[in-house]
Amino acid sequence: MAQQYILLFADEREESEYPDEEMQAWGAYFEAMGAAGILRGGEQLFPSFNATTVRIRDGVRQVQDGPFADTREKLGGFGIIEVEDLDTALDWAAKCPCALDGSVEVRPIVVMEDPSA
Amino acid sequence: MTHAARAAAERAARASYGRLVAVLARQSGDIAAAEDALSAALSKALEVWPRDGVPERPEAWLTTAAKRLVQNTWRHAGVRGAAEPDLVRMAQGSGETDTTHDPRLDLMFVCAHPAIVQEVRTPLMLQTVLGLTADRIAAAYVLPKAAMAQRLVRAKSKIRQARIPFRKPEPEELPERLPPVLDAIYAAFGQSWEDADTSIAQEALFLAELIVTLLPEEPEAQGLFALMCYVEARRPARRTAEGAYVPLDDQNPRDWDRSLLLRAEGVLHRAARAARPGRYQTEAAIQSLHSQRAFGRASDPQMLVTAHRALLAQHPSLGAAVSCAGALLSAGHVSEAKAQLAAIDDDLAAQYQPYWAVLAEVQLTLGEPISAAAQAIRLAQDPAVQAHLATRFGLTTP
Repeated sequence: MAQQYILLFADEREESEYPDEEMQAWGAYFEAMGAAGILRGGEQLFPSFNATTVRIRDGVRQVQDGPFADTREKLGGFGIIEVEDLDTALDWAAKCPCALDGSVEVRPIVVMEDPSA
Repeated sequence: MTHAARAAAERAARASYGRLVAVLARQSGDIAAAEDALSAALSKALEVWPRDGVPERPEAWLTTAAKRLVQNTWRHAGVRGAAEPDLVRMAQGSGETDTTHDPRLDLMFVCAHPAIVQEVRTPLMLQTVLGLTADRIAAAYVLPKAAMAQRLVRAKSKIRQARIPFRKPEPEELPERLPPVLDAIYAAFGQSWEDADTSIAQEALFLAELIVTLLPEEPEAQGLFALMCYVEARRPARRTAEGAYVPLDDQNPRDWDRSLLLRAEGVLHRAARAARPGRYQTEAAIQSLHSQRAFGRASDPQMLVTAHRALLAQHPSLGAAVSCAGALLSAGHVSEAKAQLAAIDDDLAAQYQPYWAVLAEVQLTLGEPISAAAQAIRLAQDPAVQAHLATRFGLTTP
C-alpha cells in the first residue's frame, strides 16, 4: 500500500503563459510521472495575483484579494503522486523544473476511508 | 527467583531496546506504537517470568509479545481493507535477531532524516535507540518536560504520516545522509557534559561506537568516536578535587584515561587509512595533538595551527575560527590571532564566550587593556570557569 503526496510547485511567475522551453520541461516531467504509473492528478494554476481568499471572522465574511499566504515564491500548480515513501516522493519532487529556481513542497495526503467499500 | 527474573527482564530490555523498537517500527513506520507495545511486553515479562522462569532467548520472547500487542492495537483501531497486508507482513515478519543487518542503523538514519526538524534529532535518537525517558532528555536540555514530549510526539507522527522510510541509505546517498547522524550524536555528547546528574555523554559515546560498528567503512564515523574518546579521556583532569577549573595546558596527563586515549589513537589511525579526510577526523587529530603529553611527547603548537587551519577550510564555523585564533596565539603568532578574531562578524561573536576568552588572551599578550575579559566572564556559565578567568585577568567575578 503506497502513500499519496501532493507536490506544491512554488515559483515566481507573473504570467500564466510559460515560454515554450519551460512548457516542454513541464510536459516531460508530467509525462515521466505518468509513464512511471505514479501520477494521480495535477494542474497548473493561474498566477497567484488571480487568487481571492475567503474567511469568516466573528460571523462576518471577509473577502480579500490575493492568496492566503503572501510569500515570495508563489504557488504555480500542484501534482498528486502515489509512491512508496517520502524518499521516493522527494526524488520525484527534485526532478521538477521549478526545483531549480523555486521550490516544491511535499506533503502526505490523508486518505479517507471509502464509505462504499 | 523473582529478583533474578526482574533483573533478566531489565537487562534484556536495556541491551535490546533500540533493536526491538526498530524491528517493531520499521514496517508500520509507527515508532510510538512500537514503544508502547515494547513497554507493555516488558510489563508482561515482569509478570510472567518470575512464575514460568526466564526464557532461553529473552529478546525473542519480548519481540514476539510486542508484535502481538502491536497487531492487536491495529485491529482495535479498526484499520481495515488496504492495511491488512501490513498486518500479515508483520505476522510473517523476519527473524527477530537478523544477524546480517542491525535495524538500529535504519532507525538512526530515520532520526536524522532531513525531514526531521534539526533540534529534535538528538532527543529522538536518545529516546528510540537508547530508551532514555523524555523526562531525562528534557532535564539534559533544560527544557520543560511537556515541551520535549510534544516535540518527540510530533517527530514520530511525521515519520509515520509522511512515511519516512526505515532503510539504510545507498552508498551515493551517504555523503548527504551520514553527516546529520554524526552531528546528532556529537550534539548529545556536548549536552550537559559537566553536570554528572544530567550528563548524557556516556550515551553519546555508546551511539558513536555503535555507528562505527554498523558502518565500518566510514572514516568520519571513526573520527567522531575518536574525537569523543579523546575529550572524555581528559575529563577527570578538568577540575581539581576542590572543583577549580584546570585549563588544558595545566592538566596533569596522569589524570587522563590513558587506555581510552590509546583506543582513540587506534581508531583515528584506522580512519586515516581510508584517505577520506573530513571534519570529525580533523577535530580528532587536533585532540590527538593535545593529548600527546600522555605519551611523553610535548605538544606541537605549529602542528596545531596547521590542523586548525585545515578544520577551518573543511568546515568553517564560528567555533573553528575562534579555536584557530587560539592556536595561532599559542604558537606565538599574536597579530595573526588578533586579525583572525577581528575578521569575525560582530553579531556572531557577541554572545560566544570563547571569542571573548581568546580575545582577552590576545590583549593580555599584547599588553593592551583587557577589555574583553568582562564579557568572557559574564558569558561563562560555569562558576569555576568564571573564577579562573577572573584570577587570570585580574578581575572580580560578577
